[in-house]
Amino acid sequence: MSRQARPRVGDSLLARTLIIGAAVSIAALLIGGPLAVIFSEAFRAGFGPYLENLATPDTRHAILLTVATALVAVPVNTAFGIAAAWAIAKFEFRGKGLLTALIELPFSVSPIVAGVAYLFVYGAQGWLGPWLLDHGIKVMFAYPAIVLASLFVTAPFVAREILPLMQAQGSAEEEAALTLGASGWRTLWSVTLPNIRWALLYGVVLTNARVMGEFGAVSVVSGNIRGVTNTLPLQIELLYHDYNSAGAFAAATVLAAIALLTIVAKIIVERNEPARAG
Amino acid sequence: MPASFARRTVLALSLLGLTTAPAWADGPDTILNVSYDIGRELYGAINKQFSADQKAKDGRDVTVNQSHAGTSKQARAVLEGLEADVVTFNQELDVQLLADKGALVSPDWKSKFPNNASPYYSLPAFVVRSGNPKNVKNWDDLVRDDVKVVFPNPKTSGNARYTYLAAYAFALKQNGGDEAKADAFVKKLLSNVPVFDTGGRGSTTTFVERGIGDVLVTFEAETAAVKKEYGADKVDVVVPPLSLLAEFPVAVVDKVVDRRGSRALATEYLNYLYSPKGQEIIASFNNRVQDPKIMEANKDRFPNVELLTVDEVFGGWKKASETHFASGGKLDQVFVGR
Repeated sequence: MSRQARPRVGDSLLARTLIIGAAVSIAALLIGGPLAVIFSEAFRAGFGPYLENLATPDTRHAILLTVATALVAVPVNTAFGIAAAWAIAKFEFRGKGLLTALIELPFSVSPIVAGVAYLFVYGAQGWLGPWLLDHGIKVMFAYPAIVLASLFVTAPFVAREILPLMQAQGSAEEEAALTLGASGWRTLWSVTLPNIRWALLYGVVLTNARVMGEFGAVSVVSGNIRGVTNTLPLQIELLYHDYNSAGAFAAATVLAAIALLTIVAKIIVERNEPARAG
Repeated sequence: MPASFARRTVLALSLLGLTTAPAWADGPDTILNVSYDIGRELYGAINKQFSADQKAKDGRDVTVNQSHAGTSKQARAVLEGLEADVVTFNQELDVQLLADKGALVSPDWKSKFPNNASPYYSLPAFVVRSGNPKNVKNWDDLVRDDVKVVFPNPKTSGNARYTYLAAYAFALKQNGGDEAKADAFVKKLLSNVPVFDTGGRGSTTTFVERGIGDVLVTFEAETAAVKKEYGADKVDVVVPPLSLLAEFPVAVVDKVVDRRGSRALATEYLNYLYSPKGQEIIASFNNRVQDPKIMEANKDRFPNVELLTVDEVFGGWKKASETHFASGGKLDQVFVGR
């Protein structure tokens, strides 16, 4: 009955070399190369000029604005993600499928559509725009619009990370906690959150990276006012089109550094989360 | 561990409460100029000088913020609530839009400042690769099979609308006013464009940084800036013998300045563009001005060109817009057919 062990494609030395070689060279060309260019261009004139480029008031403001956006968007979407995943994983209710689909929506919608949609709601010609204008509330082309657009594009990240875990864990532990007399809040803080903490952290890291890097949706609603409503990605484009490549690359290193930190954080999270496969 | 996790989260949330409202509200000493894409450097320089002069005059610290993109995108943003105290565009259609659609600008905006509210003018001209290897001299070279042309999307960019209309006007003149031939001419021209960016500066980077195309068509002011930035060993400027007058209209956005109380400063700013100092800065960025003295001093920058106008060739911007740029207009037809 012993079947002859046939060498599979992946077992041949040649095939293995070719596949690994292709993967490595594609990664180098598509990712490694551009990343190297960003840092080498940014530091071409030396470390001093690099810092000067980062310290120009407009770029500094763009960094601050980006951080200020993340400071709101990340916690709000973390809370939203936990609430949504909690509702979907632990309860049965009508419209659950719809809620799940709705959370996924920003993944499939182009960010620019999100930006335009916000304009149609909050813009001066939109539904709420005139009322907001009459009451002196500035939403579009200001900080609130940037936060709103960022919230939209990053809404799914936390929920998507923790939902499968919550569903796998079921609600047995929560039920036990409630039976033992713990309040709902106590159960959330002491049972649910600790169980999902690594997945949650990973979701938060992803959300943050995306908020700081978002271009399309923010571009529509920011108004591109120099030194006022330009986030870091917009500032990079602006500097590039100002013929200021050195400044653009210097600003780009900040985003690249955030991306690298995200990868490091992802590795740490995965080490601590044996249940996560890949 | 769970307890400290909770505490840290609460701490983060309360910190958040303190940071939700950064104070980026503008004082009355700040106005916003919403402008066309390639006016970046020009208005950067003007704003700096304007602030310095205001400070010297009455000790006031004035800031003019700037926003630049394709003018139709900008007009749209102002309509949707971007708080522009003044607009400085590159053709009147987008200013007129603000008057027609949102009543943001008064209908007689053209009479509020001298020279139809246009402090300077320019014309579409060409940037070619160094040494002009394709020997591009005039508009009919742009429709040759071996020439690739770069300019922005006429739907979003005033700059590109001038290019389109200049080419059309040229073809009309060549063919004794034969519209069918002019239609075919711009159709061929558009089919020679590999990339349409949304604004003028996007097209410049497409041409120079990405190395796409044989000719960049953009305002003469931009062609000179490109040559200065990239050097004669990379690009040359060709000013065609015939082109179209491009005016740069300015307007105070009444609805915004009345709400913000910034009318005086906004008006002063636009008047500054007409002042000798303003005109000199404008000319130094290779825009043509009315002041004969300044033009004489800069005459080597500005070769003689026969300039047609939108009024005489197309019967005004309104008509040109209806015929060519409105939905279903000639531009749509040639775009679809290209």
